[in-house]
Amino acid sequence: MGPESLESIQKSALEDILKKYPEKAQKDRAKHLGVGLPADESQKTCGGVQSNKKTVPGVMSQRGCAYAGSKGVVWGPVKDMVHISHGPVGCSQYSRSGRRNYYIGSTGVDTFVTMNFTTDFQERDIVFGGDKKLTKAIEEINELFPLVKGVSVQSECPIGLIGDDIQATAKKTTALINKPVIPVSCEGFRGVSQSLGHHIANDAIRDHVFTSKGSDVGSTPYDVAIIGDYNIGGDAWASRILLEEMGLRVIAQWSGDATLNELRNGPKAKLNLLHCYRSMNYVSRHMEQEFNIPWIEYNFFGPSKTYESLRKIASQFDQGVQDNAEKVIAKYKPVMDAVLDKYKPRLEGKKVMLYVGGLRPRHVIGAYEDLGMEIIGTGYEFAHNDDYSRTTHEIQRSTVIYDDANEYELEAFCKRIKPDIVAAGVKEKYTFQKMGLPFRQMHSWDYSGPYHGFDGFAIFARDMDMAINSPVWGHNKAPWDAA
Amino acid sequence: MQNPQKIVIGKDLFLQPEYDETFKNKKAFEDMPEVQKVKEIAEWTKSKEYCDLNFKREAITINQAKACQPLGAVMVALGFENTMPYVHGSHGCVAYFRTYFTRHFKEPTPCVSDSMTEDAAVFGGINNMKQGLQNCKALYEPEMIAVSTTCMAEVIGDDLNAFVDGAKTEGYLPEDYPVVFAHTPSFVGSHLTGYDNMLSETLKQLCKTISKDKKERLNIVPGFETYLGGIDEERELAEAFGIDAVVIPDHGEQWNTGAGEYKMFAGGTPIEEIKGACNAKAIVTMQPFTTPKTLKICKNKFKQQTFEARPIGLSGSDELVMFLKEFSGKDVPESIKRDRARLVDAMQDSYSYVHDKKFAIYGDPDFALGLAAFVIEMGGEVTHLLCNNAPEGWAEAARAVLDRSPAKDSSRVWAGKDLWHLRSLLFTEPVDYLIGNSYGKELERDTGVPLIRIGFPIFDRHHLHRYSIVGYKGGLNLLNWIVNKILDTIDSQTKEIAKTDFSYDLVR
Ligand code: SF4
Repeated sequence: MGPESLESIQKSALEDILKKYPEKAQKDRAKHLGVGLPADESQKTCGGVQSNKKTVPGVMSQRGCAYAGSKGVVWGPVKDMVHISHGPVGCSQYSRSGRRNYYIGSTGVDTFVTMNFTTDFQERDIVFGGDKKLTKAIEEINELFPLVKGVSVQSECPIGLIGDDIQATAKKTTALINKPVIPVSCEGFRGVSQSLGHHIANDAIRDHVFTSKGSDVGSTPYDVAIIGDYNIGGDAWASRILLEEMGLRVIAQWSGDATLNELRNGPKAKLNLLHCYRSMNYVSRHMEQEFNIPWIEYNFFGPSKTYESLRKIASQFDQGVQDNAEKVIAKYKPVMDAVLDKYKPRLEGKKVMLYVGGLRPRHVIGAYEDLGMEIIGTGYEFAHNDDYSRTTHEIQRSTVIYDDANEYELEAFCKRIKPDIVAAGVKEKYTFQKMGLPFRQMHSWDYSGPYHGFDGFAIFARDMDMAINSPVWGHNKAPWDAA
Repeated sequence: MQNPQKIVIGKDLFLQPEYDETFKNKKAFEDMPEVQKVKEIAEWTKSKEYCDLNFKREAITINQAKACQPLGAVMVALGFENTMPYVHGSHGCVAYFRTYFTRHFKEPTPCVSDSMTEDAAVFGGINNMKQGLQNCKALYEPEMIAVSTTCMAEVIGDDLNAFVDGAKTEGYLPEDYPVVFAHTPSFVGSHLTGYDNMLSETLKQLCKTISKDKKERLNIVPGFETYLGGIDEERELAEAFGIDAVVIPDHGEQWNTGAGEYKMFAGGTPIEEIKGACNAKAIVTMQPFTTPKTLKICKNKFKQQTFEARPIGLSGSDELVMFLKEFSGKDVPESIKRDRARLVDAMQDSYSYVHDKKFAIYGDPDFALGLAAFVIEMGGEVTHLLCNNAPEGWAEAARAVLDRSPAKDSSRVWAGKDLWHLRSLLFTEPVDYLIGNSYGKELERDTGVPLIRIGFPIFDRHHLHRYSIVGYKGGLNLLNWIVNKILDTIDSQTKEIAKTDFSYDLVR
């Protein structure tokens, strides 16, 4: 299949898909679907798609809500705090322990990430308000978990609607328990996706964390912070190890395996290293403005991007660090080459359809390409225009771009553009597997991982090989089926 | 560093010495409490003092064992043929419902929402509803749409009846297109309340012609049944008596489809059958605490005979079979007699490992009662029976079940308590085994009590949901899981060489 024919298939698939929508929805969706071309400089955003707009009603969007963005992503992984799901019981239950934010600690004693805390709203709380209950809840938490470092209040839908003043309650209880209580108004109906939740959560860090001081950790010229790594399956650890090897001191890790102290010490970094741009660019920009801390984006998926990123990071420091970066690369390169030698022949030319959230629809492209695989479709659940413009630089060939794609579109695209593997989330997984297509979950690494860094890439390569070359996909045809 | 010949994941990677170094480095910035202090507090959380403090809690729920209403409504909708569950509210909830079911069943879970945002919060969600219904029908071509609400829609007071009517009169949907709806506020009850609301409303809204002449037919309501094999088993039991049985709603196939092709909807009760459901002679529910409203409608409005079964374990299954016998007027068929005898035989083969063992059981109300009854039938002791979403009357019913046990004086009922309460209880009044869903794995880790995974959700083990836990055949599965976990535990405790391995018996 030459690039032209691929492009025309992609374009016609897109047209066909739109036809099924009623008029209004069709117009709307047309703005969010496109075919991205690497050469096309005129495209402001990859494929010319619009993003961060309301979801069309009545479709099976894969998007989450602001609460999911704040509690599930940004705040939830901060390990030595309790994060209260404030409102009815559901959100808290569904969001428990799904994201594999690895951490080290004694759960229920000094760390709390995999636990569930909710004010479990009943009808009377809706009618009379839940501020009193929240106050009591915070006192109870402080009594039962004396080592807790602070509490965050993650608002669910009803809180904003019934007009509860969690800001005031937080202020009052901060004094009461003498620990920070941080209100986060991340009600699920706010914004169009989880994205606003990230922003709100970042603002809460700005307003309530930076106002207090962390422990004294001294200062070196090599102090950096990892920003926007949630330590899924231990990703941040596999990244951190490289930064340390190259002579940097990682004084804070946001927010996978993070402690409140690390967040507080964030502003002491000399450079912020931003991995998930979407979820944490806000607080990075704030630190730049307020504390003069520069930030750079990096990408630790796949050896090529990791080499590039290590050099880019090192270039911000002195010759010593730059030499170290070369040493680190020289040390791991043979291992990475051996991984590629082993897996590339098995994966070369395989076509990938991606659909994920914050950074992965573009960040993982390089890792696939290192393995000789090609991305023929990608898109984000909750990106903004700046994510798509960044994507333009990553794609290597014509690629279908779908913003806020729903189940119907993904299935239809898949049937038309025929990938060899789909890499998306758990809601999508079994749909594609039933179609006989290899699939990997790219939010949770399908309970494998880590995928970041050099150690992670070996696992990534192994997993993709496992998915694509597993014998299980060959069993669909029964011996009695006609040839 | 990875060895390309033997790539390691997770734990094996992080146990390598260089990671130890990284973890140590990180500690310098964490400002975590002193090791000694952590030990001290950890010990304290196991004490009676802590338990008392824990039980004084009034405001915070910790590690709950329940979910919110719309989840149950979605299950009901997926039990109707070619029906799309439609949740009126923001799409975040729906992402959660789909994820939650998908993680349990390892199957896709279709469900749409109408993606309400701030403007809907101010002006109401009518526009979302009109567009949403239209789009949903166009894209997924369901034969029916079943609408439930989220807490948001309930707080702003959206009126489903008016909205659905509006969507039809304004031409967004054909007038005769079936749309059923139920209000499912998440701050009332639990996922089971939502199940009952959606089911009772569907029957109310679809059963238009209620005739006095009832058909010789039996409606079976499986309830929030997460063991899909159970639905077939219930149907087969009735059919063995020659009964014309209809399962309402039947979600058994939806989450149990085969490989090769993806079809969004599978199985389910045909819509025509639901319309005529009111004219069946009787209805039997397998989860009475889950379906009070449904039963009430059937009894009062449809004038049907109602029967409350709970066919988990021997006596529960016996009661169901006796009802079926009476209903059909036929003798108990040989096949059922044989299955019962097999279960009893198995119980007699295995009882000695269960006898006198102490159990803590937690889960949804009917499930917890059924499991407790079965454990007691095997000679086990139920020290703690806990239900977080216990409806009114459950505590008394639980007491009655536990009172059948010789250990009744040391058996306790915990209505409305959560899994953090249970953690305390496992330290202060310990048991030998814990029965419950995957959330129990942290209790197992913290307290050392082995967890037998039965319940919902089961995220961390595969395929258990494909079996049955109801009826005599389901009883065999329960027995299998319980006894073999006990044997595994005994083995793991007796394998230390030259210390305990003389008891590491080959034959058990
Ligand atoms: S927002 Fe309300 S309805 Fe939605 S999942 Fe949370 S508790 Fe349930």
